[in-house]
Amino acid sequence: MTIEARNLSFRYGDKPVLREVSFALTSGGFHALLGPNGAGKSTLFGLLTRLLALQQGDILMAGQSLKKQPADAMRQIGVVFQQNALDLDLTVRQNLLYHAALHGLSRKEARVRGDRELARFQLLERANEPVRKLNGGHRRRVEIARALLHEPSLLLLDEPTVGLDVASRRGLNDHVRRLCESDGLTVLWATHLIEEVRPEDRVLILHEGKLLADGAGHAICEAEGTRDLAETFHTLTGAG
Amino acid sequence: MKAAHYWHCFIGIQTREWLRFWQQRTRFASALVRPLLWLVVFAAGFRAVLGISIIPPYETYITYETYIAPGLCGMIILFNSMQGALSMVYDRELGSMRVLLMSPLPRPFLLVTKLLSMGVVSVGQVYVFLLLALLVDVEPPLWGYLAVLPALVLTSLMLGALGLLIATWIKQLENFAGVMNFVIFPMFFMSSALYPLWRMNEASPWLYWICQFNPFTHAVEAIRFSLYLEWNPMAYGITTGVAIVLALLATAGFRPQRTKILGGKPA
Repeated sequence: MTIEARNLSFRYGDKPVLREVSFALTSGGFHALLGPNGAGKSTLFGLLTRLLALQQGDILMAGQSLKKQPADAMRQIGVVFQQNALDLDLTVRQNLLYHAALHGLSRKEARVRGDRELARFQLLERANEPVRKLNGGHRRRVEIARALLHEPSLLLLDEPTVGLDVASRRGLNDHVRRLCESDGLTVLWATHLIEEVRPEDRVLILHEGKLLADGAGHAICEAEGTRDLAETFHTLTGAG
Repeated sequence: MKAAHYWHCFIGIQTREWLRFWQQRTRFASALVRPLLWLVVFAAGFRAVLGISIIPPYETYITYETYIAPGLCGMIILFNSMQGALSMVYDRELGSMRVLLMSPLPRPFLLVTKLLSMGVVSVGQVYVFLLLALLVDVEPPLWGYLAVLPALVLTSLMLGALGLLIATWIKQLENFAGVMNFVIFPMFFMSSALYPLWRMNEASPWLYWICQFNPFTHAVEAIRFSLYLEWNPMAYGITTGVAIVLALLATAGFRPQRTKILGGKPA
């Protein structure tokens, strides 16, 4: 599915947070949205998920405007939020069933799909445990499994590795990349951690609400005359 | 979207609310302590001071406990609705609200369903309260327990929508203490929950009119009359009308960016 953002601008009161951001995501690709804290990544996610109302510009999903056809667009999106959005006291399966119901799936269908996703994430044997008993990495996996239940074509992940240790971070990142290859999923992975991005990835660098770079990681480095993405990121944003 | 999608969604939201209720049953049980204290302690003290004449829907002299029981049913719903609405936009329910709002179904449907599901849990608590009230001889007719159900659900929807409207639009009332002082207490005390309005009229006509304009008064009267198998079209009509208007306003006017659902500070 093609996703296109056109001229997105957003302000909180007088404060501009996004300024004329435009980009198009390639169907079936892994895209890294890189930006320091406060760059506007979460605001952009808010607009993509309709938690924030568009003020200026439009978002097109498979050619459909998010403004005009919100239901069609929402069916295509799976989201993993930065903050935990699981019910810690409910079991893994109960959390999945709740999400599936919100997408209009019957309980029977939801169970089948839920078990399939959990099996893929090696979490099936923990289906009946309360989420509270799971470690941070596993909770994140449950959130991804949940986001895929309604078989979306776009997966949005807003800094999904926040609070995880290095090994879990790497595991999660690899996992999503594999999904991208196996399912043909379009992924937008927001992060401020440069080590989660590979040179061959399509990279969007956001800083102070402006899109400063958009292209393959190595191509951006070449254009900027830098050795690697870390240096590019530092040159463009002045951040770490 | 087909009707079946809406149905699965409706059932899913209800189920989750009951699962959470079961998980937090001690918290819900403690919420019954407040109305029970009013019923047992406050009413015992007040019955000595207050004489209640025969007023509809009652056919005979009644105890003060009998009089305030419907008002306390309203109180349970009032507290739960306000607490529930605040948790939807400010704390405990934020995660589940994010998930809720990602549904492709229309937001007004999702929010009304959510309010109704919280309301159904409140109604469950009201029934437990009414059962306990039998111990102090509050004994409405058996069919009254069934007849009161629509009034309880309507009251839950009305107050839940009011709570959501307030929590979304009035930043100053983002904590429960604020809501308690500026919404719950005025609504409760300036209603017919604790005293019949004719007595209020004797004390102060302008207070009487404030009580008359308070939709909570009519919700309490709808509960009171239906509990005693009497039909009160005005109370029912006003409660239904206000519930519909508030539900429309709260859901159509809902803006996630005015809440903490997105994370961070509300705009």
